[in-house]
Amino acid sequence: MSEAKEQKPRKLPYVAAITEGVRQVLIEQENAFVAGEDVGQAGSVFGYYQGLFDEFGKDRIIDTPISEKGIIGLGVGASATGCRPILDLMFMDFIGECMDEIANQMAKMRFMFGGAATLPVTVLTMAGAGINLAAQHSQSLEAWLAHLPGVKVVMPSNAYDAKGLIIAAARDDNPVFVVLNKMSLALQAEVPEEMYEVPIGKAEIVREGKDMTILAIGRMVHEALAAVEPLKELGVDAEVIDVRSIQPFDTDTAIESLRKTHRGLIVHEAVRFGGFGGEIAAQLQELAFDYLDAPIARVGAPFSPVPFSPALEKVYLPNAEAIVAEVRKTLGI
Amino acid sequence: MAKKLSNKILKELHLRMVRIRRFEEEAGKMMENGKIPGALHLYVGQEAIASGVMQHLSELDQITSTHRGHGHLIAKGGEFSRMFAELYGKATGYCRGKGGSMHISNMDLGMLGANGIVGGGPPIAMGAAFSNKFRKTKQVAVAFFGDGASNEGSFHEAANMAALFKLPCVFVCENNGYGEYTPQANHQAVVDVADRAAGYGMPGVVVDGMDVIAVYEAAEEAIKRARAGDGPTLLECKTYRFYDHVGVRGMGLTYRTDEELEEWKKRDAIKGFEERLLQIGTLTQKAIDAVYANTNAEIEEAIQFAEDSPFPHPDELLEDVYSVRSEV
Ligand SMILES: Cc1ncc(C[n+]2csc(CCOP(=O)(O)OP(=O)(O)O)c2C)c(N)n1
Ligand SMILES: [Mg+2]
Repeated sequence: MSEAKEQKPRKLPYVAAITEGVRQVLIEQENAFVAGEDVGQAGSVFGYYQGLFDEFGKDRIIDTPISEKGIIGLGVGASATGCRPILDLMFMDFIGECMDEIANQMAKMRFMFGGAATLPVTVLTMAGAGINLAAQHSQSLEAWLAHLPGVKVVMPSNAYDAKGLIIAAARDDNPVFVVLNKMSLALQAEVPEEMYEVPIGKAEIVREGKDMTILAIGRMVHEALAAVEPLKELGVDAEVIDVRSIQPFDTDTAIESLRKTHRGLIVHEAVRFGGFGGEIAAQLQELAFDYLDAPIARVGAPFSPVPFSPALEKVYLPNAEAIVAEVRKTLGI
Repeated sequence: MAKKLSNKILKELHLRMVRIRRFEEEAGKMMENGKIPGALHLYVGQEAIASGVMQHLSELDQITSTHRGHGHLIAKGGEFSRMFAELYGKATGYCRGKGGSMHISNMDLGMLGANGIVGGGPPIAMGAAFSNKFRKTKQVAVAFFGDGASNEGSFHEAANMAALFKLPCVFVCENNGYGEYTPQANHQAVVDVADRAAGYGMPGVVVDGMDVIAVYEAAEEAIKRARAGDGPTLLECKTYRFYDHVGVRGMGLTYRTDEELEEWKKRDAIKGFEERLLQIGTLTQKAIDAVYANTNAEIEEAIQFAEDSPFPHPDELLEDVYSVRSEV
């Protein structure tokens, strides 16, 4: 697919950036393989492994049965013994099927063995609501994972980060979950053709501002950016930070920003109660209390499973409007 | 074979199958032209299974279904109007618009839900069967699931427990040869899912899932056995889905051949059955036409009902998350 014109910026949709990242990892690492449901000939139900089966063959692009516990177990055992598996968990909601393999095996094996085991395993999975797939195909469960010592969790909001974080995850010698977003598959961004890493554990300031820090996770980065103009009209110059990595979380970038803005808001698509925003808010009030002029605000989904009806899903999903409303509430404007 | 069944039963089996087929055909069209949001997994081709099994169940008996669940609900007595309303996400739907196709259900009919989680049904059916035994009722619980689902641990744990506790449970595997886009031979080393029954100490039976009488007869025995307190059976029905995994034409992947599809269509459960019924004089062509005409009229009305129904009020989002303790 490369036009190979040096330096010429090239745009790729999120979905193709995933493919390219995985493909380059497979070329670089001979012990890497992809395993999951319909990852082979079908190229994943989201299409992001298109072409890989033809290029790498069935020994490296492995269709598995519908057995999520088996898939994660395969990755635990194989990564502990010399492979670098890339596992595919299709919809993130299916994590319940394999949570023991993740929480009690994958996350803890190295620690329990006194550091003797190394598990370089990457898991790709698709989160998010917005296309009427109802309660079991729309969740954002990243907080479940971030709570587990031993795993890392990243959430790319754009094509550039998707590729760079996948490469960083695959080169990392720990279990890393790359939590993708299904509404973002067609989003275009400039994506270099060569291999590059987006560092795990580093947030990115995507818009500078001086009055309010908005820490956005995953797709909510775009909603935060959409809130910038309406906030400006209210006299609030927002700084938007793409959190990118929630485990580890880049506390420093967040605090640096608060030193300047003195106000913070966290937005994620996951249910607000018990969501990762609670952890961020707690850290910020502990570590940046002196800089704060207002309580840390949070925007997240209401305490409900994701509804099917378009009429309800629309209300359910956090968006720019909700961000603006929360800012107004926090600042009393 | 068909002769020993009463005309009443034969007609009911036929009606159930036609109702499912026509509902699914219309729903499929509406998904593809954007009238129905989300994803529909349609049951076209597999009608004989839900129809043959459900013929033995009353509203008191329970079933669990799959992502491909409309057929099970229709066969269990589901009303088209409330079903279409649910697919539209309307407040008048069976789940008040909260579940949609993948979670369509009705507790009053003993339909414990379509399921978005492959393999989600068998443990729940096992639990319902446990409840039936615990409460000393004569109810039976039936789990419908696919060939693909038979690779989930959930199925194996449920099968073992149902056999161990001798529960009034029947496991109906609808083996349509594919889990999504993966052919059976690429997802399990057995040819007959029914072989797995032996590992749990229950009978495993294979039937032609395109033959509604064969399904009816095999289900009769399994359900009788369950009701008598003799434990579960694994009933595998060999079948085929005529539509793609999702919707009608789906994502347009080539994972099975047109020839294979055409071969199976020659064994269309409804067409074959109608020929038999005409032959033995149970139904005239005119009577068959009337079945379709009535069904079509009902569908038309149901769609109108769905279209005219309101969407749920935004406040309903926070309802039904918990049940509220009733006043003492
Ligand atoms: C736990 C889980 N894993 C994966 C999926 C995605 N998925 C939905 S349907 C399906 C195939 C199911 O195959 P089968 O059980 O044979 O049923 P069929 O679709 O053929 O009726 C898959 C993999 C899911 N919904 N749930
Ligand atoms: Mg199947």
